[in-house]
Amino acid sequence: MAQIRIQNVRKEFGAFTAVRSSSFTIEDGEFFMLLGPSGCGKTTTLRMMAGLELPTSGEIFIDGEEVGMKPASKRDIAFVFQMFALYPHMNVRKNISYPLVSQGLRGEEVRSRVAEVARILKIETILDKPVGGLSGGDRQRVALGRAIVRRPKAFFMDEPLGALDAEFREHMAEELRALHDRMGATTVYVTHDQLEAMQMGDKIVVMNHGVVEQFGKPQQIYDWPATKFVAQFIGSPPMNFLEFEGMIGVGGGAIDLGGIEVKVPTSREGRAGRLTLGVRPEHVKFVSDGGYRGRVSAVEYLGTTQIVTLATSHGDLKARISSGHRVQEGEQIGLEFDARTLSVFDAETGKVLLSDGNQGVLRHG
Amino acid sequence: MSYSVTEPSQRQKWFAGILVVGYALITILPLVWIIATSFKSPADAIAYPPKTFFTPTVEGYVNVFTTRTRLTEEQLKAVGEPQTWYERLVRKDGLVISGPSRFAERFTNSVIIGFGSTVLCIVLGTAAAYAFSRFKVPLKDDLLFFILSTRMMPPIAVAIPIFLMFRSLGLNDTHAGMILLYTAVNLSLSVWLLKGFIDEIPVEYEEAALIDGYTRFQAFYKVVLPQAATGIASTAIFCLIFAWNEYAFAVLLTSGNAQTAPPFIPTIIGVSGQDWPAVAAGATLFLVPVMVFTILLRKHLLRGITFGAVRK
Repeated sequence: MAQIRIQNVRKEFGAFTAVRSSSFTIEDGEFFMLLGPSGCGKTTTLRMMAGLELPTSGEIFIDGEEVGMKPASKRDIAFVFQMFALYPHMNVRKNISYPLVSQGLRGEEVRSRVAEVARILKIETILDKPVGGLSGGDRQRVALGRAIVRRPKAFFMDEPLGALDAEFREHMAEELRALHDRMGATTVYVTHDQLEAMQMGDKIVVMNHGVVEQFGKPQQIYDWPATKFVAQFIGSPPMNFLEFEGMIGVGGGAIDLGGIEVKVPTSREGRAGRLTLGVRPEHVKFVSDGGYRGRVSAVEYLGTTQIVTLATSHGDLKARISSGHRVQEGEQIGLEFDARTLSVFDAETGKVLLSDGNQGVLRHG
Repeated sequence: MSYSVTEPSQRQKWFAGILVVGYALITILPLVWIIATSFKSPADAIAYPPKTFFTPTVEGYVNVFTTRTRLTEEQLKAVGEPQTWYERLVRKDGLVISGPSRFAERFTNSVIIGFGSTVLCIVLGTAAAYAFSRFKVPLKDDLLFFILSTRMMPPIAVAIPIFLMFRSLGLNDTHAGMILLYTAVNLSLSVWLLKGFIDEIPVEYEEAALIDGYTRFQAFYKVVLPQAATGIASTAIFCLIFAWNEYAFAVLLTSGNAQTAPPFIPTIIGVSGQDWPAVAAGATLFLVPVMVFTILLRKHLLRGITFGAVRK
C-alpha cells in the first residue's frame, strides 16, 4: 500500500499543454477522485501516475520513490480501463491470472490466488467462460479481478463505471467502495461525474484546463469552493452566482447587493470592483418580508424537494425548497440567504475571497 | 405473410441465391476447364466441339514432369520393355522418357520465392504497421503516402531500372533477388492493410499488458499479434497470390537458376507438339499451394476474435 505524491507535474503534447504544474498528495489507503470535465487533464494525470505517459516535467512519488520516468511494468500498480481491456483471446481465468504469470508465478499459487479473487468478486461460476459473452457487470468484475489479483501498491481506475448502464452503475459503485474498504488499498479514480466523486471519494481533486482547481474532502469542496468553476461544476443544480459591483474590506461581514445588505462570513481579504456572491440553492429561504425579492419564473418538482427558479435584479437564481411549500409562477417572493454558507468571489479571477468560513479549508491547499 | 424491413423476403432470398450461384459458376468454369483438360489426351484436348465426357488419363501429368524422346522401332527394341506405368503410358506413342523435366525445380523455386517473400512481407509489414499505428513517427503521413506511392504505377513500369540494378548487384536470376523484389512490391500493400487492422485494436490492451508487467515487445507479441491474426492472414494471402502468380518480372529477371513456374509452364507446350494437357496439368498443380494456404487460413479470415471483449 502506498502514498502517492505529485509535484509540479506538467504534460505537453506538442503545442498543447494537457496538465500544468499539478501538485497534490494521496495518502495511503485513500479512495481518491480526480474530477473534472472532459479534456481537463485528469486522465493524463492518472496515466502519468501509472507510467503510460511520461511527464514533461515534475516528479511523481509512489511510497517516497520517484517513479516519473519508470515504465508502467516497474511501478507495481494496477489499472482498470473504462473499456475494460480484457484480453479477448483468453478466457476469464487466463485474463485474471495473466499478471501473475508475468511475475513468474506458476501452477498452484496462481490457481489459489485466482480462486480467492473470484470468491471476493463472486465470479467463480464464469471462470472458464470466454470473455466475449459476458455482461457488462461481469466484464467489469473480471477487469477488477485482474487488478486485485496482483496485490499491487495502488489501483488506478479510469472511469471504470463509464461503460455501464445507469442502474448497474449505482450497484457497482457501492461494490467498488466496499471492495476498497475491505482491502484498504490506495485507489485513484478518474471521473467526470461529480455525484460519483462525492458518493465514493475520501478526497477529490477538481481539475480544469490542466490546472488543479481545488483539492479536499467532498463536503469541504461542496461547501467552500475555491473557484467559480468548482462552485459551478459541483452540485446539481450548481451554486447560484449573483454578480454585482461593490466592495468588501478585511473583517467586513456584509455586502451591498443592489441597496440591500446581505450578511456574509467575515472576510479575510478586501476587494472592490466586480464581485460575485455564491449561494447554494438549498441555502435560499423564502420569507414574506425580505428586502431582496425575486419573481418565480419556473418550478421543477423533484419529489421531496422542488427547484424554484426566480428572476432577480442580479439574474436568475435557483432555490431548493421542500415540496410542501406552495409556489406559483409569477409570484413575488422575499429571499433570505443563510449567512454562514455564502462565498464571495472576485468576478475577474474567479477565485473565492478568503473568509472565516472557508479559510480552514483553503489554507492547506 | 408478414413483412419485415430487415429480413429479406423469400423472393429476394431466391434472387440473391441465383445471383451467387451464377457468379460462382462463371468464376469456377475456367478452373474446371483447366482441371478437365489436364486429364484429357492431347487429341481430346483440342477436339471440336469440346468433349465434356472423355476417358481420363494422367498423360498430361507424366508429360509435365518428364522430357521424352521419339525413337525408331529398332531403338525401341534395344531399349527393351517399359518397366513402370508411366513408361508404358508414353510408349504407346512411340516415346521413351529421357529424363525429368525442370517442372519440379521451377515449382520449388515458386514455393521458395512466393512463401519467402510473403513471410518477409508480413514480418516487415507488421512491424512497420505497428510503429505507424502506435508511435509518434516524424512525418508519418508523408511516409505512409510515400510507401503507397510505390503502387501508383504498375510495377513493371520500372522493370528496366530494376533489371539494371539487379545486374550490377548480381541479383539477376537469384532466389534472394526475386524474394527481395516481390517483397518490395508487396510491402506497401502489407503496411497499409496491416495498419488498418492494428488501428482497430484498442491500445488499452497493450497498456493493460504493460501494467501487468510485460515489456513492450511482449505486449506486442502476446496481445497484439493474436488479435491481428485475421489481418495478418488476409494480408499474407494477398501477398502470396501476387508473388505466386507474377509473370512479367519472372520472365525478365530469371532464367536458368531461379526461374519460377509461371514463365516455365508456357514453355512446356513446345517440347513435343501442342501438349495442352501437360500445360493444364502444370497449371492445376500450380494452383494447389495457394489453395491449400488459403484454406488453412480461412478459419482466421472468418473468425472475428475480438468480438465482445470491448464495449464500444
